[in-house]
Amino acid sequence: MSAGAAKIPVTVAEVTPVNELVTRFRFVRRDGGPMPTFSGGAHTVVEMNDKDRVRRNPYSIMSDPADREGYSISIRRDDNGRGGSLFMHRQVRPGMEMIISNPVNLFALDLRARKHLLLAGGIGITPFLAQIKQLAAMNGNFELHYSVRTASLGSYAGELVANYRSRVHLYHDDRSEQIDLPALLDGQPLGTHVYVCGPKGMIGWVRKTATALGWPREAVHHEEFLAPASGKPFEVMLAQSNKMIQVGEHQSLLEAIEAAGVEAPYLCRGGACGQCETDVLEYEGTFLHKDHWLTPTQCASGTKIMPCVSRFEGKTLVLDR
Amino acid sequence: MTIIFKEETFHDDFTFRNSPEAVKRFPFPFPEDSYMYSVNLEPHKSYRPGSVYERTFDVDEHYVSEMRDRARVLAEDPLRCQSLPHMTLAGWDLLELIMTSKAEEYPELFELRRDGAKWHWINRPLGIEQKFTFLDETTLPYGPMEYITRQTQGDFAVLDQRDDNLWMDAGMVTTQADWSLDFDIGMNFFEWHAPVPKAHEMGIFQRALKFLLNVQQGSPARRLNWTMTVNPLLDTSPENYHKWGVMKKDLTLENMGQMMHLRVELQTFFRLPRSNALVFPIRCYLIKLDELVTVPKWARRFHRVIRDLPAELATYKGFITNRPKIVEWLSRYDDGAATSPGIWPD
Repeated sequence: MSAGAAKIPVTVAEVTPVNELVTRFRFVRRDGGPMPTFSGGAHTVVEMNDKDRVRRNPYSIMSDPADREGYSISIRRDDNGRGGSLFMHRQVRPGMEMIISNPVNLFALDLRARKHLLLAGGIGITPFLAQIKQLAAMNGNFELHYSVRTASLGSYAGELVANYRSRVHLYHDDRSEQIDLPALLDGQPLGTHVYVCGPKGMIGWVRKTATALGWPREAVHHEEFLAPASGKPFEVMLAQSNKMIQVGEHQSLLEAIEAAGVEAPYLCRGGACGQCETDVLEYEGTFLHKDHWLTPTQCASGTKIMPCVSRFEGKTLVLDR
Repeated sequence: MTIIFKEETFHDDFTFRNSPEAVKRFPFPFPEDSYMYSVNLEPHKSYRPGSVYERTFDVDEHYVSEMRDRARVLAEDPLRCQSLPHMTLAGWDLLELIMTSKAEEYPELFELRRDGAKWHWINRPLGIEQKFTFLDETTLPYGPMEYITRQTQGDFAVLDQRDDNLWMDAGMVTTQADWSLDFDIGMNFFEWHAPVPKAHEMGIFQRALKFLLNVQQGSPARRLNWTMTVNPLLDTSPENYHKWGVMKKDLTLENMGQMMHLRVELQTFFRLPRSNALVFPIRCYLIKLDELVTVPKWARRFHRVIRDLPAELATYKGFITNRPKIVEWLSRYDDGAATSPGIWPD
């Protein structure tokens, strides 16, 4: 199987600043054809040709799943990140040609749910924008609780309130407003599913509170894409390809493998889907496992690594790739 | 390309036959002279014009008669088609996938006109014309999955994906190799595969599930599976075992070539876009041993495969008792010559 989902050549149709941190990008197909339909919660991987390197970052598709004319994504600028969001904000202009992937959904709605309780923090609103459009079209029962830093940084809060009124609840950090989570979770009808997307702390808080209140694990859904962390450069031997490669400070192991011309499987590039799992043949040093995929036992065994987000410090690392 | 649709039966008088052209395109499943399980998955891409791999959903000379047989089975047992309430959206996804593929790949047989949500479907071989509103169930005579699978060869398992597993939550199953949708409905991947011998220990299902959970939109996959069936029965269901199980006792060296069939399933996997469900079409192809041995390479190889198959597999596939007779019959067509690699006739 080839690396990643099938690719779609696109043109950037619009670049729209949403607020001081967030910009929206709209892509249409270069051949003028319709985009594939998708399910709310899906992401696309955007390829960026940034000077001498190719970045591939996943972003939730926020547009209406029924809209086949184009896909929209919203990206929050991260001044301290590895540079993907800065590239999108500074370099990408309408008319530019780019490559994105077919949609992949790792955060799908559970269609059995009697009610969908959506909890968003900051830019974590994006997958919910598509899910809400899908649910509204199906007369689905949903409620959104959306936590923002300030009113001006609350991306799409205004239009959500205007369109869905009492189903949308906003919380502003600067006004010390906070979701009363125990009360909210406690008052839900049987058959409710809860979905959370936002900062790591928020996801942990929701999962922990839900577990403590006796929510079934299957009824609590979360999406957390990890950006690959920067770290010390390291050297890796790829045994199958017989290549010695260097992983740079701001480069992921997966990116370094790709840069060496070796095709490696991937989907989410955020430590969640498991597709890039790679066997370790030999090592002397310490793994810095960052993914959500490997079990603690697998991490401790030193036999597997997820190259999309995890790193290594030490003398020798030989991978079966 | 013109397909001449045959008038034939898959019950009672069993008039099913393959034309010589159909024999030539039969998906013989053995690339070498022995068989063991493998996760033999490959991308479902168009391959080898004229073969069963050329199109997304293969339509062949048995189409009209197979659809008549499906209607007959459903009339006797409506539980062969079930869809749990949350699977309706996946049913629409499947209807869209089949209608758009067939209209594009067989324009002389099928036509789909779309004006927004107003759809107009024409199925010429079955003489069906239907105007309906996409995503509005009240505008079709059946639910969307049932409507389209009454017009498409092969069984369909529609699998919901959640909790890192697949769930058999909808399906149309009338041409099955001894499994029951009514029994499996609502089960997860490991539960419905529980009866399969050996494969669990080999870790086959863990690997297969991991692959299937990652099947992506626009990148369908396929594999072949096989078994043996006495008489050309599409419906070898547990529900009707009392009718067809006894037929295995009628097998003799004299009637072997006409009665015994190799049954091959072309299994494909598609991610469905709106529901994020996975559809698993299981298309059954039958070939009489008399028809199979017209291809010398297949005759030699099939003899060796059946002779050397592990007993557990021959038991699971339901022909352990008849195996000595089958091997004896096939041995007449095996001169011991070497066979070429791959599945195609020389």
